[in-house]
Amino acid sequence: MQKLLLLGDEAIAQAALDAGISGIYAYPGTPSTEIMEYIQVSKKAADNNVHRQWSVNEKTALEAAIGMSYAGKRAIVCMKHVGLNVAADAFMNVAITGTNGGLVILSADDPSMHSSQNEQDSRYYGQFAFIPVFEPSNQQEAYDMTVAAFDFSEKHNVAVLLRITTRLAHSRAGVKCHYKREQNKLKFPDNPRRFILLPAIARKQYIALLEKQEAIRKDIESSTFCTYIDGEDKSMGIITSGIAFNYLQENYQDKKCPYPIVKITQYPLPLKYINKLADECDSLMLIEEGYPLIEQQIKGLLNRGLKVKGRLDGSIPRVGELNANIIARALGLPDTQGEAVPDIVVPRPPALCTGCPHTDTYKALNEAIEPYGKGRVFADIGCYTLGALPPHNAIFTCVDMGASITMAKGATDAGLNQAVAVIGDSTFCHSGITSLFDCVMENTPLTVFILDNSTTAMTGGQKSHASGKIENICLGLGVDKDHIHVIKPLPKEHDKNVEIIAKELKHQGVSVIIPERECIQTLKRKTRTQK
Amino acid sequence: MNINIILAGVGGQGILSIATIIGNTAVKQGLYLKQAEVHGMSQRGGDVQSHLRLSDKEIAADLIPMGKADIIISVEPMEALRYLPMLKPKGWVITNTNPFINIPNYPEKEVLLERINKLSHKIALDADEISKNLGSARSSNMVILGAASPFLQLKIEDIEQTIKETFISKGQEVVDVNIACLHAGRDFADKNK
Repeated sequence: MQKLLLLGDEAIAQAALDAGISGIYAYPGTPSTEIMEYIQVSKKAADNNVHRQWSVNEKTALEAAIGMSYAGKRAIVCMKHVGLNVAADAFMNVAITGTNGGLVILSADDPSMHSSQNEQDSRYYGQFAFIPVFEPSNQQEAYDMTVAAFDFSEKHNVAVLLRITTRLAHSRAGVKCHYKREQNKLKFPDNPRRFILLPAIARKQYIALLEKQEAIRKDIESSTFCTYIDGEDKSMGIITSGIAFNYLQENYQDKKCPYPIVKITQYPLPLKYINKLADECDSLMLIEEGYPLIEQQIKGLLNRGLKVKGRLDGSIPRVGELNANIIARALGLPDTQGEAVPDIVVPRPPALCTGCPHTDTYKALNEAIEPYGKGRVFADIGCYTLGALPPHNAIFTCVDMGASITMAKGATDAGLNQAVAVIGDSTFCHSGITSLFDCVMENTPLTVFILDNSTTAMTGGQKSHASGKIENICLGLGVDKDHIHVIKPLPKEHDKNVEIIAKELKHQGVSVIIPERECIQTLKRKTRTQK
Repeated sequence: MNINIILAGVGGQGILSIATIIGNTAVKQGLYLKQAEVHGMSQRGGDVQSHLRLSDKEIAADLIPMGKADIIISVEPMEALRYLPMLKPKGWVITNTNPFINIPNYPEKEVLLERINKLSHKIALDADEISKNLGSARSSNMVILGAASPFLQLKIEDIEQTIKETFISKGQEVVDVNIACLHAGRDFADKNK
């Protein structure tokens, strides 16, 4: 069978299509974005009328996917790890309702924070909600385990959390796509009342969820995805999770690892293998991509008995992504490294593109706010976060999606005058609308910049639902129309823009300024295609 | 056969076009491949790299261990030096000499080139100049690929064939100029290695 050269993300997308999904729901977020993008251009998805539009945020995405599952059909929902925080309410509660059609929730973690605010480990959400977690170790497993996750979901009536990390999401390898299944037919849940989480029903459902856990664990213990690999040297046993297995193997290219290994790719933990390893070996080493989740679970409260090495005792660094060198050092194997980086090499941080509309917005804002001093511009998540770096030095916060407006409000409530929020069109749509409504209700004196570049730029130019509708949304929320200004962020408009901003900074109520100009990257791409 | 390649450059310079052509050539020959890419924030003009691993045996990790890269292929001179800790002793550095300057403290070009010259195994060429002279400023990456081709354990004819397949939808002229760039890079490497 011919192999397709696929990113981990693409392998998951192809597997979801082959497993007969009727819809994918997602909000763009590195490193998960390419799953939806793959399905959006897939002929198979178009031929089978698979739902494949971006959602407004991760919560609405997950809720729509739960609805599709309720209707008996298979759905996948995709997000980055911090997106699962946004969707957490739906996530925790779909554990209680259970599912009908197969439901797979993909969360892509970003250890070492290549493109994120934190490196939270989504496996904890699985444990928290009693939702089984699948964690493939390579691109082929990403395909196979996605297919398996849908069957698993339908067998146990639970959602399955598919956890990947940046390195698998954005790395390509040959994948055999061997599966094919039709979509489900519409079918109501056997017991529709289990989707009504009134306390009396929820209590029963919660007990049913806990009772399911043993059957789920038994299935995982008999699955082929978790394995025990014997080794002669029982002085130590090694437990790996997900792609950590590969970094261990990398250190034994031409010889077999002398220690027995338990390779874990599914949770709740296959205790059968872990007990076997603990019985046979004098000590254990845990190699996990992410937080020390398994290590904490098996170490126990008092840490008596078996010696356990891993991220908690410092054998492996507590933070950051793994690699083969880290594992070599932990195992006492020879480490390798080339020449040092010459001193003349300087960092090259990312920056706003030449010709980016945000540059002109920041120039005007910096000038207008100068008389009031620094520290009063609250920003958000997107390309414009790069305004924190020189030469702009224009923003002072970036916490979570939508936080700019509400943090500016809180700071104003605390007595900070001339607070400004800066948020992009897509982020505004994702989580800023409710924040602005909080300000309108109290007529908080602040100025909100909603940067409309007609796209979700940072993740590569996905559709932004609010673009072009922002003025009307603000009017609908009750912002005074005299204090809504659409400006053109262009060098030639600079003086005019500074004047408008300066005037609104003085306004004792909610002002909204909408700098409207298309992202230079999407504009270039369009011009190129038109040629 | 087992080869580890670091591709280096600046976000937006299109290092993945080189990776795609090497990768597709390798896969057609039944080799295993793993290629880790950088997406997201760094693509906005930051330093980017891709790990490309080819082997006739199954490959374990997506990342090349430090000190185990056989080649660094860089489309920018300072970026070539950033990944020296990845390179194995006697590994080759293939680099463009034309700087991409988007930071205020970029080092002097002469100092950079001097440092590159000190490397024991290197091919350094102005790929932009060469591709411009051949009539396609946008094809400098194919010059770099050509300069790296003697070290890839792949036949130049097979690479040529992949270039044909990749660019044919854009017309024969585009195919021809890209192949000319490939050979110009190759000739430079053959004379200077």
